[in-house]
Amino acid sequence: MTQPQPASSRPPALELRGITKRFPGVVANDSVDLTVDGGEVLALLGENGAGKSTLISILYGLYQPDEGTVSLGGQPVRIGSPAEARKLGIGLVPQHPLLVSRHSVAENLALGGGQASRGGGLFPARGVAGRVRELSEKYGLEVDPTARVSDLSPGEKQRVEIIRALLGGARVLILDEPTSVLTPQEASGLFRVMRELRADGRSLIFISHKLDEVLDVADRVTVLRRGRVVGGVPTAGATRESLAELMVGRGVDFTRKRGAALARGEVLLDVQNLTASGSRGLPALRGVGFTLGRGEVLGVAGIAGNGQSELVEVLAGLHPARGTITLDGQPLTGGAEARFQGGVAHIPEDRIHSGTVPSMTVADNLALRGYGRSPLARGLARDLKATDERARQDVEHYSVATPGIHTPSRLLSGGNIQKLILARELHGQPKLILAVHPTYGLDIGATDQVHRVLLERTNEGAGVLLVSEDLDELLSLSDRIGVMVGGELRGPFPVSEVTRESLGLLMGGAHPHSIPGAGQGVVA
Amino acid sequence: MRFIPLASPSAARVGLITLASVAVALALCALIFVFYGVSPAEVYSTMLRGTLGDSIGLAEVGRRTIPLLLIGAGLAIAFRAQFFNIGGEGQLLLGAVFAAGTALFIPLPGPLLLPTVFIMGALGGGLWALIAALLRRLNVNEILSTLMLNYIAVALVTYLIAGPWKGKDVRGYIYTDSFPDAANLPVIAGTQVHWPTLVLGVAVALGLQWLLGRSTFGYALRVVGENPGAARYAGISSARVMTVVALITGGAAGLAGAGEVAGIHHRLLEAGQISLGYGFTAVIVAWLARGNPALCLITAPVMGIILAGGDLLKIDLNMPFRVVDVFSGVILLCLIASEVFVRNRVVWGARA
Ligand SMILES: Nc1ncnc2c1ncn2[C@@H]1O[C@H](COP(=O)(O)OP(=O)(O)OP(=O)(O)O)[C@@H](O)[C@H]1O
Ligand SMILES: [Mg+2]
Repeated sequence: MTQPQPASSRPPALELRGITKRFPGVVANDSVDLTVDGGEVLALLGENGAGKSTLISILYGLYQPDEGTVSLGGQPVRIGSPAEARKLGIGLVPQHPLLVSRHSVAENLALGGGQASRGGGLFPARGVAGRVRELSEKYGLEVDPTARVSDLSPGEKQRVEIIRALLGGARVLILDEPTSVLTPQEASGLFRVMRELRADGRSLIFISHKLDEVLDVADRVTVLRRGRVVGGVPTAGATRESLAELMVGRGVDFTRKRGAALARGEVLLDVQNLTASGSRGLPALRGVGFTLGRGEVLGVAGIAGNGQSELVEVLAGLHPARGTITLDGQPLTGGAEARFQGGVAHIPEDRIHSGTVPSMTVADNLALRGYGRSPLARGLARDLKATDERARQDVEHYSVATPGIHTPSRLLSGGNIQKLILARELHGQPKLILAVHPTYGLDIGATDQVHRVLLERTNEGAGVLLVSEDLDELLSLSDRIGVMVGGELRGPFPVSEVTRESLGLLMGGAHPHSIPGAGQGVVA
Repeated sequence: MRFIPLASPSAARVGLITLASVAVALALCALIFVFYGVSPAEVYSTMLRGTLGDSIGLAEVGRRTIPLLLIGAGLAIAFRAQFFNIGGEGQLLLGAVFAAGTALFIPLPGPLLLPTVFIMGALGGGLWALIAALLRRLNVNEILSTLMLNYIAVALVTYLIAGPWKGKDVRGYIYTDSFPDAANLPVIAGTQVHWPTLVLGVAVALGLQWLLGRSTFGYALRVVGENPGAARYAGISSARVMTVVALITGGAAGLAGAGEVAGIHHRLLEAGQISLGYGFTAVIVAWLARGNPALCLITAPVMGIILAGGDLLKIDLNMPFRVVDVFSGVILLCLIASEVFVRNRVVWGARA
């Protein structure tokens, strides 16, 4: 062994030394050193594109490092593929679930299950179902092994991935932004799982942009910036502010960004009695009505699956509904394309499966909205020069970190894909911005930037419908907040009349009148 | 040997691997010939000498290249939209039927007749593929529907030439009367290379390449093919794109059918004589071209050589007439297998 070990201490469960990984145009990891002990949760922090996902892809055998070594329990190992990583006891819960949508949960788990899938003979899915139930009960990870993956919510898919990693018997478990798609309840369930695994002596690496969670669950943080380790501290004694400063190299403001709530202005969007059925045929919206003023930010809170997605899809022209919608005094009708033209921008929930075409270039993705019209097209022909020109502007204006505008968007880091979508949707002057988890996966700096851009647009008269599961984000940006419960909209209430706690209770289905402070909420 | 996924395979890599897979296929076929009891060297030299070696051979290659180019270019577009049309054969036949009907029964002044024959041919093939596109809206897989439509097309041709369209002066034979002279295509002297169709094929391949890469429709087509979820989000109608794609791919095959009857046979005759399996071989043409219509300008002649060379083997070496299918099948299998090498880097040797 080349690495001298102090005789007294045991070697760390996992140790990375001098890991370097270069991609055309970027050094994603630059001599990274990192250790995790058994029974320890390490949080990996860093801005979008700092190299976090790359580093764990190396650990999981998806990439080979150009330089450096990985050791497990003091033994240098070579991890040639994910299968080898699993054999070595390294499990990964990826940033975006990698499941086969047409198969059932049990079939998916049997596919990557290793020894766990034995016992079912020709039908490994049967052998695995029992183990899945056992694990999901033990850790409170609710999933139905017979459900089809295509019917699952993002949160449910994430839970399947966690179970898959646990089934493989992982000693080192890596979680890449596992909470970005989870509801607060699901997230605290996950943290319970993580604590139990830690008590079990396993090592966990946890990536998150939500510093509260990091302080809550991690023992230690390591911070990456532009591929290099720039610091590491124990979480005991650290604060959100101190971690943020380590990450971005300057102070970050966590106070409410919106000044005083806006005086109600002219009505921009008027929604009356909206009724729609959901994808599984059940009613998803039951008589939703509200108004949104010019320059207003209306927050929509709620536990996933209570009709928020359908509300946004209906407004964006992607889902049929009964009821009336007027924008700027005109009835809002037509398909997605017509509505975008009419000033309705839509930052979608799922950036990989609907927000972008991952195999297409950054420039082509930025043209998804305007490709068929001047200035990006002349007659039936695309104007590729204008398309590139627009892409260059957007990339620069929204600081999308990409090797070039002709790089497939699939190669961008999660946060940069989100910036690409924002750049495209906010190009021009949208009147109404439908923003669903607009900062999902973004680092603090980028989140700040997105918030500022959205608020800037409201100053120019745009209205924002902000759907988020992050209550802090809602409270920090909204003028009024409504809560979706079972397809109905409670409120909206002026932001001064609600608190984290009262919103939490409303999301759980409590009646507004039973909650002090939220009682006089005016239904617009 | 281990596979490591590649982030984005380069064009050069794709090209080299495609060439390598053809080479492997030819080597595998050589093995088959050894077991069959003929020397592979003799087989390949017969094929090369008889196709590229003299002008008659070249003409035979040219004749087969024409329909392969037209159908292959159309299929390349269809595959990019994830519309898996394997009914080129049926669409070609419907093109031939529409073209023959026009040539035989519609009295048009001479100069107008040939353009109309081609337009009607494209219409026939396009409508035939359209059936599959419409069925797809009802969730019927187009691989199955286009395949089934091939059989119906053969039956239709047989019915027409033995029944209502049977020629007056053909006695026992089943085919139609000859077309009027104005409906016959000029050929390169002494060959069966109907050059106007060849020119049309080159134009279609280049035009479709433009459509794919430079037009707004081509963009919509790629979005639908590469991420249907994003198409829905952006308000691009997949159903409408599929309809147009079906008309294009079927229309191109229909043009090929019109060319075959107006350029070579001058009448409608049995399906097996109109098409020598062009609809299926064109699938390989499109795949070799990796979905690029313009690259069919290279891959269509390559498959043309194999078709023409295979025919020589039957005559010169007395091999069974299915020998061409053996070539096509092995090449297709090798191409499918090569996908693994396109998407992954291979590392040899022991693991650490
Ligand atoms: N396969 C690849 N080819 C080329 N460049 C890549 C590839 N994968 C990642 N990169 C680049 O490497 C850098 C680091 O990306 P990485 O995904 O590791 O960031 P990250 O820290 O996980 O960011 P985020 O918080 O946004 O998920 C980025 O600039 C990214 O564009
Ligand atoms: Mg990442």
